[in-house]
Amino acid sequence: MTSANEHSISGNKWEPRIIAFFCNWCTYTAADLAGVSRIRYAPNARIIRVMCSGRIDPQFILDAFSRGADGVLIGGCHPGDCHYMEGNYKALRRTQLLKRMMKDIGIEEKRFRLEWISASEGERVKTVINEMTEQVRALGPLGLPEKFIEWDKELESLEHEINGKGDTVHA
Amino acid sequence: MPDKPKVAFYWCASCGGCEESVVDLAENILDVVAAVDIVMWPVAMDFKKKDVEAMPDSSILVSMVNGAIRTSEQEEMAKLMRKKSKLVIAYGSCAHMGGIPGLANQFEREEVLKYIYEDSPSTINPQKTRPELKVISDEGTVTLPNFFNVVRALDQVIDVDYYLPGCPPTPKLLKQALEALLAGKLPEKGAVLAPDIALCDECPRKDTKPSDLNFTEFKRPHSTQIDPKVCLLAQSILCMGPATRGGCEGVCISGNMPCTGCFGPTSHVRDQGAKILSAIASQIEAKDEKGIDETLATIPDPVGTFYRYGLPVSLLRKKVK
Repeated sequence: MTSANEHSISGNKWEPRIIAFFCNWCTYTAADLAGVSRIRYAPNARIIRVMCSGRIDPQFILDAFSRGADGVLIGGCHPGDCHYMEGNYKALRRTQLLKRMMKDIGIEEKRFRLEWISASEGERVKTVINEMTEQVRALGPLGLPEKFIEWDKELESLEHEINGKGDTVHA
Repeated sequence: MPDKPKVAFYWCASCGGCEESVVDLAENILDVVAAVDIVMWPVAMDFKKKDVEAMPDSSILVSMVNGAIRTSEQEEMAKLMRKKSKLVIAYGSCAHMGGIPGLANQFEREEVLKYIYEDSPSTINPQKTRPELKVISDEGTVTLPNFFNVVRALDQVIDVDYYLPGCPPTPKLLKQALEALLAGKLPEKGAVLAPDIALCDECPRKDTKPSDLNFTEFKRPHSTQIDPKVCLLAQSILCMGPATRGGCEGVCISGNMPCTGCFGPTSHVRDQGAKILSAIASQIEAKDEKGIDETLATIPDPVGTFYRYGLPVSLLRKKVK
């Protein structure tokens, strides 16, 4: 995990960075099980434990992307199994709308995934993380923080121009 | 007699509605004019850029700048007003969050220019002529401001002290802001000069909002008969009230139209569009992908709906290429 981070920061070799929000009761427990069972999977997912997939504010997802995530994975309990009755349905509804909106704003659909993984499905954690890592790898870096810097260069260049000549015409 | 405090108004990428809202102070504008010297107001008074340039730095008590920043000229003027003013207020949704012009962040600069100068149905331009930034002719050199690729809110270009929200801000909020300024009773820097509560909290239809909305479809205002007494969300009309700051006293609701979000989020929310999306989507009735998608299909334009005024200040800022 650390090595992937170091690589991508130092720019040696880009590795997909995936933020995974896992619900405490199902998917996080499954990831725990995967660990205890010594199942090996791609080190590219940084797992954040939340109490319920329904707790995942869409702002968390957009924030992850805006801070440099290449993909975001949400793991929750299967339909009908939510510890809080309805949380996973809320997550599903938000995900469906957010996916549509992110597509409109130019973020590829495969960068964002919702999966139901129960506490006993350690193997599924491995499959999903591996799959997603490869899909995101194929897409390449999203690199929003770098894009923000790139976008704002137009202000710097103008700053130079304004200070440089001062003959701009104004209405 | 000591000089009266100096106040300036300036406009950038905006529609003129914010200027109108100053005039909407009605008879109160006389008190304003009596209390302050207006030193710049392009829409109403004949001051020039050079007049402002000639003023000492920080000599204007407050500049109220409306409009988003889309061109180099607007950037330059915003920077000039900043330099000459003690305080800068981002006036109205466009200066506050990018506003309606900020929706252009769904397109690249080239897409916008190509549409305007080549593809739009009303354009006849066989030579595909585009305006040049600089044209040298016998009469002299003519220049145009640069058109940026990204639309920005005012605070993405200059330091902003306060925000007066709204499309446009209400005369009441402007009056309160001016009174606070003149009395020196200023809130903490960076404050939005409106109550920090959601619109639903002050909505006249608050009591008719059910705890479970259970949306099965979304209706658009023009396609349905709206009951003027019942919560618009309860009538399946998309209303941004749950994730929009109050302070407008529900002017649109009183006109039997839903809130479109112009006051921006409260201080507890970073990204208004994501928050309203969350509030709306989570209350859809369906529990399966197909049913959810069918309900969502009745929202024709999610970006334009949820980020109507705030795309430039959203977490993603702009369409990614």
